[in-house]
Amino acid sequence: MKLLVAVKRVVDYNVKVRVKSDKSGVETAGVKMSMNPFDEIAVEEAVRLKEKGVASEIIAVSIGIAQSQETIRTALAMGADRGVLVETDAAVEPLAVAKILKEVALREGVGAVILGKQAIDDDMNATGQMLAALLGWPQGTFASKVELAEGAATVTREVDGGLETVKLALPAVITTDLRLNEPRYASLPNIMKARKKEISTLQPADLNVDVTPRLTTISVSEPPARKSGVKVPDVATLVEKLRNEAKVI
Amino acid sequence: MPVLVVLDFDAEGIKQPSRSAIAAAAKLGEVHVLVAGSGVAGVAAAAAKLPGVTKVLVADDAAYAHHLAEPMASLIVSLAGNYSHILQAATASGKNVLPRAAALLDVQPISDISGVVDADTFIRPIYAGNALATVKSADAKKVITVRAASFDPVPAEGGAAAIEKVATAENEAKSSYLGEEISKSERPELTAARVIISGGRGMQNGENFAKLIDPIAEKLGAAVGASRAAVDAGYVPNDYQVGQTGKIVAPELYIAVGISGAIQHLAGMKDSKVIVAVNKDEDAPIFQVADYGLVGDLFNVLPELEKAL
Repeated sequence: MKLLVAVKRVVDYNVKVRVKSDKSGVETAGVKMSMNPFDEIAVEEAVRLKEKGVASEIIAVSIGIAQSQETIRTALAMGADRGVLVETDAAVEPLAVAKILKEVALREGVGAVILGKQAIDDDMNATGQMLAALLGWPQGTFASKVELAEGAATVTREVDGGLETVKLALPAVITTDLRLNEPRYASLPNIMKARKKEISTLQPADLNVDVTPRLTTISVSEPPARKSGVKVPDVATLVEKLRNEAKVI
Repeated sequence: MPVLVVLDFDAEGIKQPSRSAIAAAAKLGEVHVLVAGSGVAGVAAAAAKLPGVTKVLVADDAAYAHHLAEPMASLIVSLAGNYSHILQAATASGKNVLPRAAALLDVQPISDISGVVDADTFIRPIYAGNALATVKSADAKKVITVRAASFDPVPAEGGAAAIEKVATAENEAKSSYLGEEISKSERPELTAARVIISGGRGMQNGENFAKLIDPIAEKLGAAVGASRAAVDAGYVPNDYQVGQTGKIVAPELYIAVGISGAIQHLAGMKDSKVIVAVNKDEDAPIFQVADYGLVGDLFNVLPELEKAL
């Protein structure tokens, strides 16, 4: 079975983002970019499925500017077999991303798509669900355990009260949660090997997808800062302040 | 056109985050709610009492028993024609179901809104809450999940809405429910608690949660939460996690113990009204958001705190 994994280039999770002074967005120039952490988990899961002999080939797809190739290379170094870059300079919203991924998934004839449950930049948590809808495939979101067999996937999902397990007919879409696995670091030999792996490039128009955004960002601002607090010397003072100053206990 | 809110509920009743979603929806128009499930007459009756709700739609069918995304999305789409906005709280269920429905409607959803500006314009946190984006939707219909912590819930009672049955929507059964492991707790739920006490990696193990945090939670009537580090380490189950990708909470009082304060954790709790941090590292970032910080060893502080309450 072929697997498609979607990988997004985002501001590295360790970077403290700054809002631009003109409020048009957050500063991304000169900022360290990395693969969305949830997508790393998706790549890792796909590679493990290939190592188990369940998957035959892993295709890593990214949508975005030319530099998104680097993100695909990271996936290739982790163990994906080849890459597809759908190149565009436009900001592509989850709906359009889902439409592009649908076309790629159908072209490649994959048995499942695995992707991160959310990107840590826009925090939308929508693409996988939308992709599943557009394909008419079932979805296993927020996965903490995945078992793929011929014809069906069993997915344990992180839900508000604990865990829920669902069975999905394949093909299906799976989105990854934090505890699905711990992604490997690519070894140097694998990074070298990844340079020789193929990345094909497409435009959204090649897939007949209109990426015109539906949302306009009016402004991006800093959240209101909390006023600075105080240090208290001991438990007695803390309890006294909570009782008499904050009046919360 | 009225606004539809999809309700979350369990055996205990309608979830508080759904009442927050109704508060958000009330800013947009007349509110109808959808109760979908199996054997949900009682929930529908409770929904009819929610203030501000004028109609309760009930889809009572085994297909909706576990709120699987596929049948739920089909049902929502079958009802969507009558509504300008479709909302659900950004619960695990809302996050699972609504984007699927949105795609079927060819709508770009607006996830996790923290504010309503007007019928087309909403505020939502991005980058783990380090920025707030104001976005305007050009879609004819809006599909929205609501950050419950940002809207005061409507009361549980006071209204008298009509109840109307709706037809089951067609759905090709490609998914099925196998089971669940739901954490059992006598304590309030994280997303509805007035007080939360959370532990981090500093707790060292799950036994220390039970020994040191639970008695304080008991005295304060608090919910118990955790940082991602504590969950990843297996001290407590995943549903304890507070943070960017866990639960977003804004209680009256949030007590963070042995939590350093990674951006991803702060994203889930920094809107709490009063924050207390206990950490032995006086430079821990958690102190930057704490109203009251206590530098000290939690193994001394927690037993003292329990005694003082």
